[in-house]
Amino acid sequence: MSATGAERLSQAFAAARAEKRAALVCYVMAGDPSLEATGALLAAVDAAGADVIELGIPFSDPIADGPVLQEAAMRALKMKTTLAQVIALAAQHKSLRAPMVAMGYLNPILNLGYARFAREAAAAGLCGAIIPDLPLEEAGELRAQMEQEGLALVPLAAPTTEGARLRAITASAQGFVYTVSVNGVTGARAELPPELGPRLAELRSLSKVPVAVGFGVSRAEQVRALAPLTDGIVVGSALVRAHHERGIDAAASLVRELRAALGQA
Amino acid sequence: MSLSNRVPLFISPPGDLPDARGRFGDFGGRFVPETLMPALEELEAAFRSARNDPAFRLELARLLSEYAGRPTPLFRADRLAQAFGIQARVFLKREDLLHTGAHKLNNTLGQGLLARRMGKKRMIAETGAGQHGVASATVAALLGLECIVYMGAEDVRRQAPNVGRMKLLGAEVRPVESGSRTLKDAMNEALRDWVSNVRSTYYCLGSAAGPHPYPLLVRELQKVIGEEIALQMEEQEGRLPDAVIACVGGGSNAIGAFHRFVREPSVAIFGVEAAGHGIETGKHGASLGHGRPGVLHGAMSYLLQDADGQVAEAHSISAGLDYPGVGPELSHLRHTGRLTPLSATDTEALEAFQKLARSEGILCALESAHAIAALAKLPRELREKGKVIAVNLSGRGDKDLNTVLEALYPGGAR
Repeated sequence: MSATGAERLSQAFAAARAEKRAALVCYVMAGDPSLEATGALLAAVDAAGADVIELGIPFSDPIADGPVLQEAAMRALKMKTTLAQVIALAAQHKSLRAPMVAMGYLNPILNLGYARFAREAAAAGLCGAIIPDLPLEEAGELRAQMEQEGLALVPLAAPTTEGARLRAITASAQGFVYTVSVNGVTGARAELPPELGPRLAELRSLSKVPVAVGFGVSRAEQVRALAPLTDGIVVGSALVRAHHERGIDAAASLVRELRAALGQA
Repeated sequence: MSLSNRVPLFISPPGDLPDARGRFGDFGGRFVPETLMPALEELEAAFRSARNDPAFRLELARLLSEYAGRPTPLFRADRLAQAFGIQARVFLKREDLLHTGAHKLNNTLGQGLLARRMGKKRMIAETGAGQHGVASATVAALLGLECIVYMGAEDVRRQAPNVGRMKLLGAEVRPVESGSRTLKDAMNEALRDWVSNVRSTYYCLGSAAGPHPYPLLVRELQKVIGEEIALQMEEQEGRLPDAVIACVGGGSNAIGAFHRFVREPSVAIFGVEAAGHGIETGKHGASLGHGRPGVLHGAMSYLLQDADGQVAEAHSISAGLDYPGVGPELSHLRHTGRLTPLSATDTEALEAFQKLARSEGILCALESAHAIAALAKLPRELREKGKVIAVNLSGRGDKDLNTVLEALYPGGAR
């Protein structure tokens, strides 16, 4: 009953594997355009078949994000969305099937305090966090606080990450390893690089935890092509854009479409 | 060693910061996306190898002297001291006389040579006032590199002469429309470009800020300012100054002027930040004086931020000081009490600009005018007869003429 956050994440990937498919990881920006709207979107994305949900914490200076997520963060900040509200939103949606991880930049978390963030995130039912501007060398203090609460600090591996560094990152990984598909910022791309396949194979051989791939994935064909190579696929900008431009039903239908593409793997 | 043919030695005293993790006490570090971590390690290795290479140091020394015009003069500004009603002797370190009109070239010459050494053909830079952009474009032209400069759209408007200079030097200026459309956002966009083109591109960061090793690298390239001040002061006054003053945006001219004196307890160190419309209005750029530690652009430093950890928008009439963060070494010096933060409002900077123009015949950059304005704010004992004050005049004012004329004569009334 009382599985830790990190365990719930592994279970979500294991459940997908049991169905002989990769897991679908869906990103939602909290507060875009309001917390109420995000609440409804979380429920819809969960019902549409997301295996894991990343709950985005808006930040004023998102240096790893392309225009779609930059603009989503600005809309959320215009509504004065705070980290405390994002955590409260997660708590209201504890009962969703898909485990939720927070995703956001370090400064709001540092500002709240590492110990308090870990404690409150765990109490809200969040399973972990992904922090794109917190590399391995700087992560020790926060990781220790999160471990105490059973939460996973999910590391990122980039195409430029090699050798000893890659081994150290996979060895430290909890929950899953987030593989960045291309050198670049978040956002849909027409083509993913050919070296992605061998890279995913290398990572899966190194890592004890599942390997998910993100940045650039937006369409069912991409998902179909990637599915056999990975334990999980992250869709972010494409989903945020569908929701912003065409509403909650369009977002849910994108999730169903990508989930169906995984099923055919 | 004579001033004119000094070769930078990059020798740091034992125990000098940063440590191996790029930390100055609690400040600094490397808070960047994973994609950039290997690039920062590569840059650090290249810098450590270059600094030990006599040929690299000699080429930099030659360019600093023959191309840039180092050493820059140290000028005793008696009429300025009089205009401020102080008895102490005031000296101006004339970085405004360096080629391209500001201290920024000290840094870009070194980084340009490093880029070439690393085999990078494409250079990117961020700029606020445009001085670092011009200095980057200049070095890119000199060394045959492609150059792209990110500049906030607001700064493109208020620093139009520098935009023109960059274009004429062959650089591409990309206006940044996001956020406050100033230096902070230009730096975000430069980092996004670097993440996307990391293998081919050298990021020529303009301040002693950002992720390790930039604060170290930029300080090592700028500390020539303070070293020259010390030698010139010995020549002219037979001793070190009692105080050194510099303006602080990100802090490259400041750490460059200060570093030589950090271990000289007799020398007081003053960093002058932008008080903008006034500290009490919240519209300012005084992160050392009024920020809290936080992480922006790859490093832990003092940061202007709201209660929820969102980065605040800075304000200053001077684009180069319009930045909510500050370098980690200055943060550390502030934290330990070695540096005293001061600030000057837009109005005080404009007054100082005029005082300097009319007393000494020097039109300085609005950034540097903040350092001049601090002459009115020094503790009384430093203003007394027999005291010696050095002010780093980091840049010249051509780029600011429109801003100053508009502020002083709104609507062209005179």
